[in-house]
Amino acid sequence: MILNVTTPDGESHALEALEGWRVMEVIRDWGVPILAECGGACACATCHVYVDEAWLDRLPPRSEEEEEKLDEAFDVRDNSRLSCQILMRDDLDGLHVTIAPLPR
Amino acid sequence: MSPDAASDKSFTVAEGSGPHATDVTIIGAGPCGLFAVFELGLLDLKCHLVDILDRPGGQCAELYPEKPIYDIPAVPICTGQELTDRLMEQIAPFDPVFHLNQMAEKLEKLEDGTWRLTTDTGTVIDSKVIVIAAGGGSFVPKKPPIPGIDAFEGTSVFYAVRKMEQFRGKRLIIAGGGDSALDWTLNLQPLAESVTLVHRRDEFRAAPDSVNKMRALVAERKMTLEIAQISGLQGEDGQLTGVVFKDKERGEWSMPCDMLLPFYGLTMKLGPVAEFGLNLEQNLIPVDTEKFETSTPGIFAIGDINTYRGKLKLILSGFHEAALMSQAAVRIVHPDKKIRFQYTTSSTDLQQKLGVA
Amino acid sequence: MKINVTDRDGGEHEVEATKGWRVMEIIREAGLPITAECGGACACATCHVYVADDWWDKLEPRGEEENDMLDLAFEVQENSRLSCQIMFDESLDGLKVTLAPE
Repeated sequence: MILNVTTPDGESHALEALEGWRVMEVIRDWGVPILAECGGACACATCHVYVDEAWLDRLPPRSEEEEEKLDEAFDVRDNSRLSCQILMRDDLDGLHVTIAPLPR
Repeated sequence: MSPDAASDKSFTVAEGSGPHATDVTIIGAGPCGLFAVFELGLLDLKCHLVDILDRPGGQCAELYPEKPIYDIPAVPICTGQELTDRLMEQIAPFDPVFHLNQMAEKLEKLEDGTWRLTTDTGTVIDSKVIVIAAGGGSFVPKKPPIPGIDAFEGTSVFYAVRKMEQFRGKRLIIAGGGDSALDWTLNLQPLAESVTLVHRRDEFRAAPDSVNKMRALVAERKMTLEIAQISGLQGEDGQLTGVVFKDKERGEWSMPCDMLLPFYGLTMKLGPVAEFGLNLEQNLIPVDTEKFETSTPGIFAIGDINTYRGKLKLILSGFHEAALMSQAAVRIVHPDKKIRFQYTTSSTDLQQKLGVA
Repeated sequence: MKINVTDRDGGEHEVEATKGWRVMEIIREAGLPITAECGGACACATCHVYVADDWWDKLEPRGEEENDMLDLAFEVQENSRLSCQIMFDESLDGLKVTLAPE
């Protein structure tokens, strides 16, 4: 299963992903820079990504908690998600996300 | 653990800037720093703690006070706040002294080998041992990645309000949807020339009373609410003249402004600890696994901030590290004292320290 | 201050003693073979010693808990004590004990 990740600088990575892993965890464990300060608790908004439009419909919608936490993210768009809230599964093989600019 | 476990929340806050003298200075009042007070206290060492937050608990208090933790040994479930409250109760017999709302900034060694720690508010603490239990670093305001914003920081862009007078008669834009954004909107509105609150959606995660008051001010046209995001800044030489807003329906437009206050929550930065002269590996502090001592004798690092072969960033690992660190620390503070290993279950000596015998 | 410990092979050891420490802790600190499984909680009887007769009267008598626990020890004699239950102080300087068989 592959997760395609584009960094804020425009670098592309095709990362091997495992079913059930959070997108944030896949990005983090392959060493692609992402803050993810709270470790996946939906408590910090530092794993903010933009999901490629073609994939948006396949994701479950944002929870209220995720929606609230996105208030602390920057440049939030319709396709903004917290990557700790997306679990990889078969039909997301090939998912493409772009990491949002990190806070300074 | 039930919520009423949060019984006694009183603790000692330091008065004055010192120099304070103690046995051990702990940087960071998260769970590992708090438990270190217990282990050091059993060995008769007194502690002062420094933390940038306004209350003890670190990430447990700031990031997930309401979220459950399931892997504290013998506590099947507790929230971050409950864990903090329980630790505060556990260390109360040792009466640690807290220096809150300040960041450990400078560490120097005095001639007699004492460490002198100075905080960003000027507090000075002298001790024989330093314990860095700073987790992911200091919680500092998130700074928006808006191009060129750093040129305005400190002159037109502020992440905290130190003196309200500074904002009198100014055209203010406040960004964010939480309590900080709402509170400062309400507090600064009476003295500012104008106030605009900008938030990405028309819902606020703040005290309902504050939200109602803000909406009332908007209805009375005493302030403006913009549902948009900030995409750019205008001005030169550190002086803002306007902020560019963006919204997918309305496109981009700008609003005149003298000062911008972004409130997007907190992030963690290692901060001045990086300048303490310790070896660092990817912003973590390497330690040995016998004493959890850093490359500098007398300076220890425990919890999420340290690294060693096999390290797991778990609270329970930090507790273990605190216990072993304490055994080494007491040998530095009292080099001639014979240290006896005892259990709290059977030692009246330890039980007296805990106030139960 | 010292205590004198005779080990199970008859070897004699003069050991540095500290006021306020349990005799078990003093023996353990000196590296002599004492099991002291429970660490001093009067809960295991593996710190069993025999106290030399001329020192017996200087000790506080056995507690009930200690007596109960000695039921689990072997070769209990008149002068048997659990060394975790003897607090050392100046009056015991020179105390003589023998480690009981395991």
